[in-house]
Amino acid sequence: MSLGPYASFIVTSYAAAAIVVAILIGWVMLDYRNQTQRLRELDRSGVTRRSGRSAVDTP
Amino acid sequence: MTLIDLANPTRFLALSARVLPWLAAATVILLTIGLYQSATAPDDYQQGATVKIMFIHVPNAWLSMFVWGVMSIASLGTLVWRHPLADVAAKAAAPIGAAFTFLALFTGSLWGRPMWGTYWEWDARLTSVLILFLMYLGLMALWRAVEDPSRAARAAAVLTLVGAINLPIIKFSVDWWNTLHQPASVMRMGGSTLDKSFLIPLLVMAVAFTLLFVTLHLAAMRNEILRRRVRSLQMMQASQKAA
Repeated sequence: MSLGPYASFIVTSYAAAAIVVAILIGWVMLDYRNQTQRLRELDRSGVTRRSGRSAVDTP
Repeated sequence: MTLIDLANPTRFLALSARVLPWLAAATVILLTIGLYQSATAPDDYQQGATVKIMFIHVPNAWLSMFVWGVMSIASLGTLVWRHPLADVAAKAAAPIGAAFTFLALFTGSLWGRPMWGTYWEWDARLTSVLILFLMYLGLMALWRAVEDPSRAARAAAVLTLVGAINLPIIKFSVDWWNTLHQPASVMRMGGSTLDKSFLIPLLVMAVAFTLLFVTLHLAAMRNEILRRRVRSLQMMQASQKAA
């Protein structure tokens, strides 16, 4: 596949999209890990929700 | 399951846990097909291989407006119907919309240099999309500046609805003003002017990126619900210690 004289523009566009999408996926995954970890810590310290369910009780 | 059922965050968490793996799988499959079709699409007779930038640029440009549209509907949910998950949906969508808008601007700039001879021009389309990007950043800053989520939600909802005025300006900027940017070639009266060899990969990529948004949005909403649960438990813990 030849990309012609503007190959660097095309490759940079696709690379930028890949990097930004990877950052978004990483952010969502890390954030989920952080929140569940904080909920586990709260659960260990004996804090429970008003419903009486455990802090980490996520379906 | 109705919209009212989803007002319960626990139910929403259960639903998102079931749906997310399927959405992620569908996104990966469609993105793979779309990228393959983009790579094997023929060169344009005028633009050559640079037409391949379109398959990344256009879906991101569409989504930059679509995400603000989603946030506007969510803002109505906050202000009018007081749906408990509406502000969660709006807040979770903003960083994703900002990322898509950044990509639309960046890839558009890279496409513009070989086609127009410039990376940037202060014309109506480019400037209105830049304003959209700045509005996303402003909203994210607002959410961070106000500590109480419900107060932040109302302020952000008003700002989002005011900002929605920019959407028709972006869409019709190429018709209302003389711009360097080309007029609409896919969503226009009289049908698309694109050849099928470009239109099909473009539509596949657009659906793939939309699925990517839905997947990331659901995951970010789940995270926001958990963040609020952490916050309320920490406040409960602090008040127990104080008593």
